[in-house]
Amino acid sequence: MTKSIAIEEATELVSIRRKLRKEKRQLFFRTIGQNKAAVVGGFIILFYLSLTILAPVLAPFDPFEIELEDKLQGPSTEHWMGTDDKGRDILSRILYGSRLSLAVGFSSVLFGAFFGILLGLIAGYYGKWVDTIISRSLDVMLAFPGILLALAIISALGPSLINVTIAVGVFSIPLFARIVRGSTMEVKNLEYIDAIRTLGANDFIIIFRHIFPNILSPIIVQGSLRLATAILSAAGLSFLGLGAQPPSPEWGAMLSSGRDFLFTAPYMAIFPGIMISVLVLGFNLFGDGLRDALDPRMKK
Amino acid sequence: MLLFILKRLAQVVPVIFGVTLVVFLIMQMVPGDPAIIMAGEGASTETVEQLREDLGLNEPLHVQYFSYIGNILQGSLGNSLKNNQPVLDEILIRLPITMELAFFSILITIVLGLTAGIISAVKPYSVSDISVMVVALLGISLPSFWLGLLLMYTFSIKLQWLPVAGWDSFAHIILPAITLGAGGAAIVARMTRSSMLEVIGQDYVRTARAKGLKEHTIIYKHALRNALIPVITVVGLQFGSLLGGTVIVESVFAINGLGRMIVDAIRTRDIPMVQGGVLVASLVFVFVNLLVDVMYKVFNKRIDLN
Amino acid sequence: MKEDILLEVKNLKTHFITSKGTAKAVDGLDFVLKKGETLGIVGESGCGKSITSLSILRLIPSPPGKIVDGQILLHGKDLVEMSDQEIRKIRGNQISMIFQEPMTSLNPVIPVGEQIAEALRLHQKLSRKQAWEKAVEMIRLVGIPAPEKRAKQEPYQLSGGMRQRVMIAMALACTPEVLIADEPTTALDVTIQAQILELMKDLQRKIGMGIIFITHDLGVVAEMCDKVAVMYAGQIVEYQTTANLFKTPLHPYTQGLIGSLPKLYEDQEELQIIEGTVPSPYDYPTGCRFADRCPFVQDLCRNQQPEIIHVEDSQQVRCWKYTDQWKEELVKEEVIL
Repeated sequence: MTKSIAIEEATELVSIRRKLRKEKRQLFFRTIGQNKAAVVGGFIILFYLSLTILAPVLAPFDPFEIELEDKLQGPSTEHWMGTDDKGRDILSRILYGSRLSLAVGFSSVLFGAFFGILLGLIAGYYGKWVDTIISRSLDVMLAFPGILLALAIISALGPSLINVTIAVGVFSIPLFARIVRGSTMEVKNLEYIDAIRTLGANDFIIIFRHIFPNILSPIIVQGSLRLATAILSAAGLSFLGLGAQPPSPEWGAMLSSGRDFLFTAPYMAIFPGIMISVLVLGFNLFGDGLRDALDPRMKK
Repeated sequence: MLLFILKRLAQVVPVIFGVTLVVFLIMQMVPGDPAIIMAGEGASTETVEQLREDLGLNEPLHVQYFSYIGNILQGSLGNSLKNNQPVLDEILIRLPITMELAFFSILITIVLGLTAGIISAVKPYSVSDISVMVVALLGISLPSFWLGLLLMYTFSIKLQWLPVAGWDSFAHIILPAITLGAGGAAIVARMTRSSMLEVIGQDYVRTARAKGLKEHTIIYKHALRNALIPVITVVGLQFGSLLGGTVIVESVFAINGLGRMIVDAIRTRDIPMVQGGVLVASLVFVFVNLLVDVMYKVFNKRIDLN
Repeated sequence: MKEDILLEVKNLKTHFITSKGTAKAVDGLDFVLKKGETLGIVGESGCGKSITSLSILRLIPSPPGKIVDGQILLHGKDLVEMSDQEIRKIRGNQISMIFQEPMTSLNPVIPVGEQIAEALRLHQKLSRKQAWEKAVEMIRLVGIPAPEKRAKQEPYQLSGGMRQRVMIAMALACTPEVLIADEPTTALDVTIQAQILELMKDLQRKIGMGIIFITHDLGVVAEMCDKVAVMYAGQIVEYQTTANLFKTPLHPYTQGLIGSLPKLYEDQEELQIIEGTVPSPYDYPTGCRFADRCPFVQDLCRNQQPEIIHVEDSQQVRCWKYTDQWKEELVKEEVIL
């Protein structure tokens, strides 16, 4: 049956598919614009992005300058969020810290997405023993509870923010791979992929030009939700002292030092916590909204 | 059913081997020589060499792996580099504490999550639904270490109702269990809500209504039982992140469980300790997943065949 | 004869108010069901027949659905006006329902015996044991072998035909006065279909209830019903006895439906089909709703909606063809020509 599809017919199928995809994309942007959760989440993310750019302009003090005589001051007109145990301005540190959290979040998700998508496409497209090997390996990775795999990796590579990024990224690989594998298996059986093959496309072109664009939506949704988890995990590892090291203004690390002063200076732990929570909330809202916009079935 | 369990067990075996392999390989990547760490700074070259020989570090990698597996099968996870005590002994002291924490946390996850989800689903888009869903969204966004500190500050430092940290009485369990269970509860609540909403739209719920049953009976007898089935899987997955979360929560509340042991071992570069801790936690998770799968199968059998 | 009337529906309007507008799914319905009688409601899917059946027991999902007007009188008492608690006492007790999909209409995790028994405990205040015995009795009555064993089983252990029998047992457990059967045999094999219909007729003779039989299948109507209401686009377009309907169908739509049936003893070149599509319930035309598909259509039909008119004693039809205006219209046309 595959072979019997005429060239013109195949070309037509491909162009129909392209048009469909374009329409779907337009519809998507319209729905996402109407989705309140996604809009709110998007604004939160934009707000944090602008902080990372404007930190040097906005920060009233040097985030690393130690002024021991100013230490542990509560919030005041001079130091809006107070000062820490070394007399550094917490607001300035928080502003600079947004760069770290976002950088770690995005790089680790990109890292995980890159390998996850690649593995998922290969497993889903080729199937058979290739799929078996990849899927079993993913099962093994998923058999590690929560961030324990990340912990094991950090124990080997040593504590640092870059290693946290890698560790959290590795942990994302199986999640991306699973979703991509499933979607690839669905898409590759579409008639239009057969049509492309009759037009003489090789596997590489089929996978990256034709299958990949069709499975982008679940990847984007997963990416947004993973960003939330990645930022949480990275901050958690820094909190444990396994990520960013002092005097880095990473929020998790700041929280960790704030813990020692919970009795006397609770604001030291409060502000970094709010920053992490709102950013994660933003990505969760955005991801939820994206999912609703892309998958109308999920909308209630 | 028995066949399913056996099949599932057969699947578990390669996963367990994979887990041991990953743990083994990661530890091979550790820079620095375990023998030097163990012998301590300033030990003579001969002592280090002797230790290397004793630990089998001169053997090829696959031989080391097989002897590692062999040791595990004999119940040995090696000795701590720090005090040369068997790792397993330490784990057996720590594991029950972590399991107790995990048990109460998952209890909170289930009870809180289900209650909230049902409240939401019974009156969708009502004030109660929206407030529950907002709280649930916050619940998945708050970092557990921050939530832990907030709870500690409020209930232990300000109100002084509960102890700050430690693991001596039931009162000590409350805050850590809430901290650890909250995120899962939020996820279970969201899942329960959407599952319930889906079930409430099913034909058999309409049949129940047509019989004249009370709304209460319809929700709890006819809808909930069916809605719970997909929630079982979510709870199982939550158990995994919960086990991982013990690492953080035990550190926040200074509980001497398995999670804190692993973190401390990473700080002191006590490789066998990290290896053993991660391995045991993963095995527990694999086992729990097996249990959840079997439960799911038992409940889902009726629906599968529809 | 008034006391024979079980259920009387007057000017029933059930609308769905959505963001796309108002869908007038049921738009002014009148019919009467007498004791021991079977009334068929026929029509294509989407004509509002299932919404009618759900409206009677007030099972319309709300929002978006709402009964906006009309009365549903059971022994003269209006179901529309009842409180939730009052209507619950009617459901499954005085009025029961059988649904189209026996596969999905039974709860998959509850033993079928319990699903029958719970209604008995509720409405007839039977004890757990009595209710269970009655449930087993009902399962035997609907012709399922080994009822004691079957009662303890869950739906997935039963075949489709057996499940529909269980549905019937469940519906009849409290000996209702009215049974609403919404396409009860559509999802079943032909042989099973015949058995289930036979069973329903048999039980009707024993219990004496009135049946509202909702279907799109005129063959089933011919077999089961005393009277038929033909629905089109939310309204009844024809209402008469089954025998008359097949002999002298009045409405062009009914004529089309009957024309589209294969006939056993006649030579037929091909089956007639009704051209065109049903108008959207969000936006009905001003005139007759069938006008666009009607072979006899006149200007009159497009401009004004026809009322139900009584042709013979018991024949009712919603069509301009049977009015005086129609004759005048034809005369006018001839004059112009």
